Amino acid sequence: MVEELIIAGFGGQGVMLMGQLLSYAGMREAKNVSWMPSYGPEMRGGTANCSVVISTDSIGSPIVTEPMTLIVMNRPSLDRFEQAVRPGGLLIHNSSLIDREPERTDIRIIAVPAVEMAREVGSDRVANMCVLGAYLAATGVVAYESVAECLKEVLPERRHDLIPLNLKALARGASMVKP
Amino acid sequence: MAERKLFKGNEAVAEAAVRAGCRFFFGYPITPQNEIPEYMSRRLPEVGGVFLQAESEIAAINMVYGAAGAGGRVMTSSSSPGISLKQEGISYIAGAELPCLIVNMVRGGPGLGGIQAAQSDYFQAVKGGGHGDYHCIVYTPSSVQEMVDLTMQAFDVAERYRMPVMILGDAVLGQMMEPVVLPDPRPTDAASAGWATTGARDGRAPRLINSIYLKPDELFQHNLKLQARFEQAKAAEVRYEAVNTDDADVVLVAYGTTSRVCRSAMDRARAAGVRVGLVRPITVSPFPYQAIADVARTARALLTVEMSLGQMVEDVRLAVCGAAPVHFYGTTGGIVPTASAIAEEARKIAMAEVGK
Repeated sequence: MVEELIIAGFGGQGVMLMGQLLSYAGMREAKNVSWMPSYGPEMRGGTANCSVVISTDSIGSPIVTEPMTLIVMNRPSLDRFEQAVRPGGLLIHNSSLIDREPERTDIRIIAVPAVEMAREVGSDRVANMCVLGAYLAATGVVAYESVAECLKEVLPERRHDLIPLNLKALARGASMVKP
Repeated sequence: MAERKLFKGNEAVAEAAVRAGCRFFFGYPITPQNEIPEYMSRRLPEVGGVFLQAESEIAAINMVYGAAGAGGRVMTSSSSPGISLKQEGISYIAGAELPCLIVNMVRGGPGLGGIQAAQSDYFQAVKGGGHGDYHCIVYTPSSVQEMVDLTMQAFDVAERYRMPVMILGDAVLGQMMEPVVLPDPRPTDAASAGWATTGARDGRAPRLINSIYLKPDELFQHNLKLQARFEQAKAAEVRYEAVNTDDADVVLVAYGTTSRVCRSAMDRARAAGVRVGLVRPITVSPFPYQAIADVARTARALLTVEMSLGQMVEDVRLAVCGAAPVHFYGTTGGIVPTASAIAEEARKIAMAEVGK
């Protein structure tokens, strides 16, 4: 089993955290994982992305250029990465913020109205978790329970009061996707 | 299995250094290695160590010189332009026969260059960098775990040969996160260092930390001693990994992050029926000349891949010595080569060679 994904969005949308959460969850399941952030002067307020590889074998390149899965939280990220997705791959996009439909017809596409969903469960700050929930339900790359457990490790202690809200958002996102 | 923790490469190097007994860190900030000093500034005071952000790279490396002279386990870290500034100090430390660890998380150059990953400091790291006839031992890890393991080992090796040891990483290795198993901390006894200038109050002979020898015959003898010690390192410290080389038509040679991409390229090429292997130097100084010479006897061609426009390839050519064609594929300036491009390059070379 190997999964290679890119998660991209604006700085502040929590894309790095989504990637780290998946990495922690993969490690918890005794898989090999790597997480590689984009970084640089463009990070503050600009676009951010990370490459995540989760595999039962050893991991070659930690840099994903042809993702099996692409998760995009904003329009510039869709524009930048859509064509890179491998044929037969998966694209999950935040349709609350992205004002165009994806063009690809050779991949599976899931639109998640993440901001509206997040408001439903209590705060638009957890839009990223709604999208992550959809991803988990669609792929099963790591178990929902593993991700839930790893929230404790990824979120700083002073934010642990937000874990129930994050769990609700994950479940809400997962509920809209059939595996 | 021991507990695995997810660590960023830079932080893993720092934690490994502390566990290896490093108690002194002197540095000056530069992207993409700032997590090392950041981590050390928090961690070293917890173990009674000293973290100091110097006024410049030049000051930092000379503080390393001083601490090493006093017998401390000491390190500095920087990235390419900062490492250039340290070269004078590194030459002095080598001349004074002192051990230390220098970490270079390489970014694109020349000049200020950029902040993304590169391997364009190979010549500087391997062929000297500073003035004079000296060598450093240079490790090229390719994973976060290997950065931990080699950092732990680097301090011991530096003390064994009394020479600076360098970890030649790159921005990708510094920034990426992977699971690591951290070894238990090792106690070290700095005061026991045979060269340490700890005071001769007990009547022992005074020790001198020095790199000046004004009489030519003395400097000649001193150089011969340094060379002899590096010869010992050549015999004992060469490390590399060879994968799928037995039946390979084309053998890739790459280190660090590039070797990871090459591993993916090798898998792709093999899946497409092209017999590709990989030799990955883990030390580039001393360089695994013999391992590459051995591969050149059975492979039809070698393909060196670097994030530079051709530096390590010169050592590969020296090793191969005409026994097989040595090709080169490189990207630089912060561009990481893709697995598909390398696999395609290997396929073209295999086709051309098989057609001969």
